[in-house]
Amino acid sequence: MLQALHDAKLMSLFGGVLFLLIVSSFVGKILKSRSKTGSSRATIDNLNARIGAWWKMCAIFGVSLLVGRTGSLILFGIISFQAMREYMTLVPTRRGDHRTLFWSFFVIMPLQYYLIGTQWYGFFAIMIPVFAFVFVPTRIALSGETDHFLERASKIQFGITICVYCLSYAPALLLLHIPGFEGRDARLLLYLVIIDQMSDVLQYVWGKLIGRRKIAWRVSPNKTWEGFVGGVLTATALGTALWWATPFTPLQSAGLSFTICILGFCGGLVMSAVKRDIGIKDFGVVIEGHGGVLDRIDSLCFAAPIFFHLVRYFFVP
Amino acid sequence: MSEGIHPIASLLAAVARGVTGVQVQWAGCQPDVKQRIYFANHTSHLDFVVMWSALPAEIRALTRPVAAKDYWEETQLRRYLSEKVFKAVLVERGRPAKVKNHDESHFAGRHLMDDLATALGARNSMILFPEGTRGDGNQLGEFRAGIYHLALRRPDVELVPAYLENLNRILPKGEIFMVPMLSLLTFGKPLRVESDEEKDAFLERAREAVSSLRRIGPA
Repeated sequence: MLQALHDAKLMSLFGGVLFLLIVSSFVGKILKSRSKTGSSRATIDNLNARIGAWWKMCAIFGVSLLVGRTGSLILFGIISFQAMREYMTLVPTRRGDHRTLFWSFFVIMPLQYYLIGTQWYGFFAIMIPVFAFVFVPTRIALSGETDHFLERASKIQFGITICVYCLSYAPALLLLHIPGFEGRDARLLLYLVIIDQMSDVLQYVWGKLIGRRKIAWRVSPNKTWEGFVGGVLTATALGTALWWATPFTPLQSAGLSFTICILGFCGGLVMSAVKRDIGIKDFGVVIEGHGGVLDRIDSLCFAAPIFFHLVRYFFVP
Repeated sequence: MSEGIHPIASLLAAVARGVTGVQVQWAGCQPDVKQRIYFANHTSHLDFVVMWSALPAEIRALTRPVAAKDYWEETQLRRYLSEKVFKAVLVERGRPAKVKNHDESHFAGRHLMDDLATALGARNSMILFPEGTRGDGNQLGEFRAGIYHLALRRPDVELVPAYLENLNRILPKGEIFMVPMLSLLTFGKPLRVESDEEKDAFLERAREAVSSLRRIGPA
């Protein structure tokens, strides 16, 4: 415990994040005092709300990293729980799904994080895609309700996969044994989260500044080609510049952070499509005050598993 | 009714709030200690405790549930919860309708209204589920006449409609395990019985007032 405090490079990463937050809070304040028109006001309020959320995320994340692996597992477990709560609340489920949902929340989800805690790679990597995949439709079938069966089984399985399986790969980074990088895995997790979140926000900022051509306006009217290219390039540049904190060379770091950015974009796009399908704008809009976790981590859900497997394949002997 | 809230009641309210993550919206009125009858759709055992927990503490201390006597006196635990913990007003459901003789039915109904009016007293409020039983959450059932008669008896008490959403998915009828979905509670604009408004017209209007507060809509 608290061994993270002795990791100077981890602390530098954190210092960088704090510095960025302070600067962006200032910029947010200045923009707010300058804005005149209604529409720019709304954009700036949205920006300031995001900055506020990052402060909270940064604080919680910092504490959990200090506590070590268990802290991160508990933190991501809570995030998974909250994300699945938002997802299942808004995805129509039926009476016959009740027990299956109970299993998803109270057995499958804790088991996944427990398995990561025991470092049992061979099981945690297949528990949900194999075991839960067989279990979920079986349990629904046992309820005897067959209306929309395929739809219900798929929706629940998709939710568990996104909110639990995919996300759990982020804290799973802490159990990779990279030669010469022992005890420093916390940096890898922080690296992933920084690039993923920065890519999100830089795409948003570039999109607001110069965005014109929509990528898929039906799915997400805010995503533009200019924002995408600008955001991915700047976040990749940032990731490359952070190579010193990772076991990667600058070139490798560039490749990996580029991958994180692209996958983060894919995650955001897919979850936007899910939201359109359900008929809501944000997971946080309908359930104000509670919502929004899934809106913030959609990109991480896609980036984390692939980043994990790339690192594991290329850097863990 | 004695002042103060039973500690178990506070505990259950806190647990219910946590599990259901209920988000409360006072859309048609503001919280107030004035005497009110809150009436809502009924789909789950959680309904009362969630609604009760959503009220500010000083109002909560004055607000009692109306519950079915046959169900809540059946076991020791239920009796303890209803009598001691939540100080419920227990009523015999369907009694006026069950007795054949018209006079007797009228008498039973009057008796019930006396009980409810006494329970309201000079300061108390009530939480009432006019459907009389838990539904499946898709369709709002017919309202029973009690709320109409009580409203006529106590025209000074405000009738506040409310809609509880998603609780049937958290703890449906006949289920013992809870699934922690998020729920919504919306309080609407107070109603009263208009002069010479017929019973059925009022009940339909009250039912409409409740169902119009639904936010997510049917699945």
